[in-house]
Order: sequence, then structure tokens, then C-alpha cells
Amino acid sequence: MTDVVEIGMPKLSDSMEEATVLTWLKQPGDEVKRGEPLVEVETDKATVVYEAETNGVLEEVLVQAGQAAQLGAPIARLRVAGEAQPAASKVAATEQAKNGGVEFRFAVRDALDEELARDERVILFGEDVAVAGGVFAVTPGLYEKYGPARVFDTPISELAMSGAAYGAAISGLRPVLEIMFGDFLALSMDMLINQATKYWFLSGGTQSCPLVIRSVVGAGGRFGAIHSQMPVSWLMGITGLKLVAPSTPADAKGLLKAAIRDENPVLFFEHKRLYGLKGDVNGDVIELGRANVVREGGDVTLISAMKGVHDCLEAAEELAQHGIEAEVVDLRTLRPLDTETLLRSLEKTNRIVVVEEGPLTGGWAGEVLALVTEHGLGDLDDAWRITTANSPIPYSPPLEDAFLPGAQRIVREVRERL
Amino acid sequence: METTTPSTELALGLYRRMLLIRGFEDRVQSLFLRGEVYGTTHLYSGQEAVAVGFASVLRDGDRIACTYRGHGHLLAMGSEPEGLLAELLGRETGTNGGRAGSMNVVDPEHGVLGCYGIVGGSIAAATGAALALRGTGAVAVAYFGDGATNQAYFFECLNFAKVLDLPIVFVCENNGYGEYTPTEAVTPGGIVPRAAVFELRTTEIDGQDVLAVRAAAGEVVERVRAGGGPEFVEARTYRFVGHSRSDPGKYRPEGELDRWRERDPLTVASALLRDELGASTEEVERAEADVEAELEKIQAAALAAPFPERVDVPEFND
Repeated sequence: MTDVVEIGMPKLSDSMEEATVLTWLKQPGDEVKRGEPLVEVETDKATVVYEAETNGVLEEVLVQAGQAAQLGAPIARLRVAGEAQPAASKVAATEQAKNGGVEFRFAVRDALDEELARDERVILFGEDVAVAGGVFAVTPGLYEKYGPARVFDTPISELAMSGAAYGAAISGLRPVLEIMFGDFLALSMDMLINQATKYWFLSGGTQSCPLVIRSVVGAGGRFGAIHSQMPVSWLMGITGLKLVAPSTPADAKGLLKAAIRDENPVLFFEHKRLYGLKGDVNGDVIELGRANVVREGGDVTLISAMKGVHDCLEAAEELAQHGIEAEVVDLRTLRPLDTETLLRSLEKTNRIVVVEEGPLTGGWAGEVLALVTEHGLGDLDDAWRITTANSPIPYSPPLEDAFLPGAQRIVREVRERL
Repeated sequence: METTTPSTELALGLYRRMLLIRGFEDRVQSLFLRGEVYGTTHLYSGQEAVAVGFASVLRDGDRIACTYRGHGHLLAMGSEPEGLLAELLGRETGTNGGRAGSMNVVDPEHGVLGCYGIVGGSIAAATGAALALRGTGAVAVAYFGDGATNQAYFFECLNFAKVLDLPIVFVCENNGYGEYTPTEAVTPGGIVPRAAVFELRTTEIDGQDVLAVRAAAGEVVERVRAGGGPEFVEARTYRFVGHSRSDPGKYRPEGELDRWRERDPLTVASALLRDELGASTEEVERAEADVEAELEKIQAAALAAPFPERVDVPEFND
């Protein structure tokens, strides 16, 4: 199959709207290989070389050197053979599906889209979610489709945003609020702890507070100590708050749809290192509170969520080469925890390893161990946690990589202890 | 709103509602001393005209959020006084079945989103309600004290409401003290300029005169209801009691309380009724006697109600 795709002006920065082409490094007619430097682009902050994302032939340059263009606007056309994927343009998930599945970010977007379409009480707001389409490009097109009454940008104002979500939720709407980085949830805590999660109780089980806060979490993106945290342990102790932590595009879509339909306040975590992950998505709603056994094995159970599930799966493959069959459980929802699935796996393997991206002390891994100990002590031969250190997250790439629990550490510890 | 003098009947109704609040709060105070009301409570005595004047221009579908000094707002909005008193007594028949207590009552059935125990929380709750009320013709009203104007909620929500053009009235009840601290000691520049800087239309009112409050509230609410965007009101008032039950209010300069007592909203209203609205002394006294008799019945019923036996609300609404 041969196809022509448009190459968009790369979205290099959240704070700008356009960029200027400095130099085309390929000319029309040139063959282009994926990863090859294609064009040099200048922004108000820096000069960046943009690489081709697919193999093909550069057909036409639409924005000449020295000219500026809006971010995302077509700057060239590329004739591609086989796998076609337009770069940096807003593509529908259905188109993405042709190419190895739907990206996690688009699965989230599709869930929002479908719920906005299904229920007019659903509104979406946050910083730069509407006109700009989200700083992680998760929400493009929704503002255009649903209009400013239902999809809108807000001031940088987490207390007001969280308060507004709460007040709207108890007044008949079903707000979905984006708090850009999970670290900023610290500013939303009063509304979550003192108001949103109390309403159902205070009203004697007659008044719900159906709100969803989506937030980008996790390390590995070189964002440093205050844009990389995993805020689960801050939130784990809030009675009445559901915590959803998907690991795949399908789960992201299915769980987000369930979260929006849920009558309770729900925190929905989107791990920043999963946004580019592709997978098959069927669009089914996935019930909150149900873990998923994503790999079967009889020697040890690896329990995790979000990015950690992929580390566990990678570790399990390597352990298999050493004759150790690991079962991997993807919790998907951290509160409420699916104790039943955990105990069933424990019965089978008698060994539990909980892999948590988050500090050791006070984390949810400890809660998992407490539950399996209380309810399954007789089956338990060994149990431990693999987490990050009790330390802020370092910025420098080698330091951050070493800080995170990864497949290699899981393999090493399991082999040592089994 | 009236463009002419309000009817005697209407003014008598407002007077009666203020009497109910004052009598209610007096009973709460004495029930405290008898150990029947627990923890702490914050009485509205002295500020009645604000809640009653505003509530008198609100309609079904409008929403208010008030503070931990919320009994007056609840009663002004039509909450059942017997249920409210039972709530304070921790009884099964309380507005929230004894789960909430004095500071945390929610009564959405009567338009009260809730009473907020965190200073400034009511501002945020009402802002969110206003988001849900956009385009419906209904309005949200946020009540808060002078102390809340130092909270981030105040600045963020006024800005947020202005940017999104929400149908909300921010009503600051300035009673002169944030807990034990005089307002002017911690509020440089005053309160109204803080709202004006966000380009909200501001109105300052005498919070001791229920008819003045009603007239001003009528104009403000009508503009907001018509889509004119958020507005701000500062009602100057005074609490006749301490901040909470453990506070005798000794930080007040001598004579200040007495001066404000002369402008007791009940005194102001009864004088107006007699002198300007032609109500007879008999009518005014009958209102007082009726409310007193009603409160007596309410108190007996609330005290006779059983305590709840267990918490019957599961963690999640599934």
C-alpha cells in the first residue's frame, strides 16, 4: 500500500503556538528513513532537529525555510510505503489502530469523547485541555466537538478547579478535571479529603459526588523531583476515594469510562511513560476494583500497576529463562483493592512481590502485604516490596534510571530469594 | 424585588424568621451548657439579617454554601428546625442522622450544598455549583466571613468565576473578627478592593437591617440571574457571641458589643415594623410568642428523639 501523509510542525513546547522552519535537511524527491534528521525547526526557546517518523520519499515541502507555521500544521508531504503514520498531527484513534493498536493517550481521549457524547452531564476542564488539546496531547479535538460550555480551559488555579469540580458534582454534573501533573494534587487535597469524599456519608447515602480527576504521574521523564511523583500514597488513606491506575490502552479506556460513570470521586492516574504505548482497544467498560492476571505462573506472584506491570512482564520473561515461572497481577484499581484475586494467586505461588513506583514507607505495597498477610498467612512463604527509595526523584538520567524499580531489579531480587 | 416599601406581612415574615434563628441559637447555647450539644458550635446571633434578607430573594433551584456558622443560613433557607436541632443533639432524626453535627450539615433539598468547616471551602463549593447552574437562570450564593478573604480559595474562585462568567454572588459577612483577631489587623487594604481587582461589581450593605439586605440582595441577585456575571457583596455585621462556645469574646474593646447591640437586627426590624410599616405592637408580640412556642415544641421533640445505633452508609456508592 502506498500513501501520502502530511508531516506536521512538531509540537515542541506547551507555551508556544508556532515555530519557524530553519533548514530542510532533505529535499523533495529524497528518500527518508525513519529516525533520519529531516528538518531543523526554531522556536522561541531553542533550535531542534526533527527526525522522520516513517520511511518514505519526501514529496513536497509546504513550509519553506524561513517561514513559520502553527504547531501541528502541515509542513511537508511524505509518500510512504506500507506502514503509514502521519507525524505530530491529530489523528483519530481508528486510524492509529491500523498501525499496531491505539496509543494510550488516544484511548484516554476516546473514552472522554464517548462519555461526553453519551451523557451531557459530563464536562471536561483543566489547564490547556481545550483549545491546546492538552499539554500531553491527550484531549485534542474535544473542544472543537463539544464546545466551550462542556470542554474548557481554566486559570492555573488548582484550588478553584478542584472546588469547582466538587461543587459541580454535587449540583448535577459529572465533571472530569485534569490536574496536569500529579504533583499538583497536593493543592487539591482539601477538596478531596474534606469535602468530595464526605458528601456521600454526610448526606446519609442519598447524595453522590461523581467526579473524576485525571492526572499525569510517574517518573522516568526527566521532570525532576516535583513533576515526577507518584501521589498514590498521599491518597490511599482517603476513605471514599477510588484510585484507578491503568497499564494498557484498553484498560485506560475501559476504566476511564467506568470512572466517569461511577458515583464516587475517582482519581485516574495516567503514567507519563505509558502515553505512547500502543495496544488493541475494544471499548468495553471495565469494572473498577477488579485486578487482572496478565501472566500465569506457579512460582511467584509479581503484583504491580501502571508502568510497573510492564516491568514485571519483562522480568517474568527473563525469569522464565532461569526456570522461574512468575504470575503477574495488574491491580488496575488501587482502591478498592481486589483482595480476592491476590489471595487466589497467593494460594498458587505462595510468594508475593509487590512492585510499586513510589517511596517504600507508607506506600500501597505495604497495604497489599498487610491484606495478604491478614487473609492468607497460611499460604505465605515469602513476601516483600520492590519500591523506590525514601528519597525525592533525581533529575539526571542515570540517577533517575537507577532510582526506579525496573525489570532487572525484579529479576535479581526474585532469583536471590527463591 | 419591590420598588416600593415592602408589605407589612412580608416584613413580619422576615422578622419571624430572624426570631426563629435567634431563639434557636439561644437554645443551642443553653443545651450546650447542659451537655446535650457536643464538641463545638458557632452561633449566628447578631448576623440574622444577612441570611434572612438574602434567602428572601432566592428561588427553588438556587444553591447556597455557608460556613461552620451555618445554623442561620439553614433556617433561613427553610431547613426543618426540629431536624437541625436533633442533628446538633446527635440524634437519629437529625438533618443528617447525627453524622454531621453543627459544622458539617448538608441539606441540598433546601438548596444548602453544605456548611463548610474549612475557612473558604464554601466559596469553592458555590463556585462549582455556579458552574452547574450556568444557563439555567438559577444562581449560587457563597457565604463566608472576613477571615476567608485571606484564603487562596477567595482569590482563586473570584478569578475563576469571573473568567468563566459564572452566576454566583460572593457574600462576605464581615463580623469584625476572624476567630479572636480583629479583621483590620490581618486584612490590609480592606475587603472590597480585593474583589474589585477582579472586576467584580461590588456592593457594601448594612448587615443589621434585614430590609436593606433584602433590597440590595434583590438587585444583585437579579443582575446575576440575568447573566450579568459574578458579583461581590460585603455585609457589615457583628456576632453577639464569641467565635465558638469556648470563647467569651474578651478581646473586644469595652463598649463595642453594647454599641452593636443597639443595632441588633431584631430591634432594627421591630422598630421598622412599628414605626414605618404600621404593624401593631400586638402583631409584633404575637410573632415573638408564636416563634417561642414553636421552639419549645421543637426542643422537646428533638430531645425525645433516639440516638442513632450505627453508621449505615457504606464507603462507596456502588
